[in-house]
Amino acid sequence: MHETAVAESILQTILQHAEETGAKPTGAIISCGQFNALNDECMQFAFEAAAGGTICEGMNLTIKHIPLQAKCKQCRVTFEFNIYSPVCSQCESAEYDFESDAPLLLETIEFEDETQ
Amino acid sequence: MKVSLNQKILSRNEECAQKNKAFFAENGILCLNVISSPGSGKTTTISRTIQDLHDKLTIGVIEGDIKTDTDAQKIRAAGAEAVQIETQGACHLSAEQVHRAIEALGAEKMDVVIIENVGNLVCPSAFDLGESARVILLSVPEGDDKPVKYPGTFAEADAVLINKIDLFDYIDFNLERVLADIRVVNPDAKIFQVSATTGEGMEQWYEWLLERANKKT
Repeated sequence: MHETAVAESILQTILQHAEETGAKPTGAIISCGQFNALNDECMQFAFEAAAGGTICEGMNLTIKHIPLQAKCKQCRVTFEFNIYSPVCSQCESAEYDFESDAPLLLETIEFEDETQ
Repeated sequence: MKVSLNQKILSRNEECAQKNKAFFAENGILCLNVISSPGSGKTTTISRTIQDLHDKLTIGVIEGDIKTDTDAQKIRAAGAEAVQIETQGACHLSAEQVHRAIEALGAEKMDVVIIENVGNLVCPSAFDLGESARVILLSVPEGDDKPVKYPGTFAEADAVLINKIDLFDYIDFNLERVLADIRVVNPDAKIFQVSATTGEGMEQWYEWLLERANKKT
């Protein structure tokens, strides 16, 4: 359940920005790679629990999963790595190099418009 | 109103990991982050390594467990200094905890610092501790499906120890499958087949460890 540590970290950043802007946060988008093993359900649960009782309570959290790219050593094509079929999508070679996996990112925070 | 950040979520952990990494580099220390399921033989493997290499390397150990200091006691009995971190429920070690443990250990006088992470094949792999190399243990009784079930953990490994090979005759374990599955996510990892109980295969692991440690000094 490392999602709790991730949730706590996201919450702290959002709270900090909420204080700076003076607006209520309504949503946030995070993204992760294939190897950092974020489970959507755990993540939503952990964030809901962390946000409870703060200005972030009820916020909408969107989780994007970024595919892992690999480059084939045979035909040099770059393809989306699929662990269930771990071969080049073009020539089916099993010889490839991974591009770096996407990091855990807090991409955007959405705040309520002050006019509302 | 939308604010774009694109900020690393675990940036606080990463900043602290960079501090640890700098400390290890400045002091010529090889730091290993050892990750595995519970019961795969981390403590036994580390203890044997300490005993067998005691005249070649000064090894210090940082032990991570949810509760108790029994592992630290075992390490001290093997002849090395150890600091226990009790995470009180947390499923992984953080760079900050390791930073405090480095000071408590007096790590600057060590050649090698081994961090035995909390027994868990998922969560610890998300947290960089500032280590020089990541070592994953997989023991034969756990089964041959672990690399394919935990690809992220094996993808980040510098070395994989397949432990308890003395049990090959008693357990249905497809070694070829394990080697192939590790290669799928990690073509570069060094793989060692060992038994920390009988000592079989440990020499190759020691060679790797000594080479990495000397490179750093």
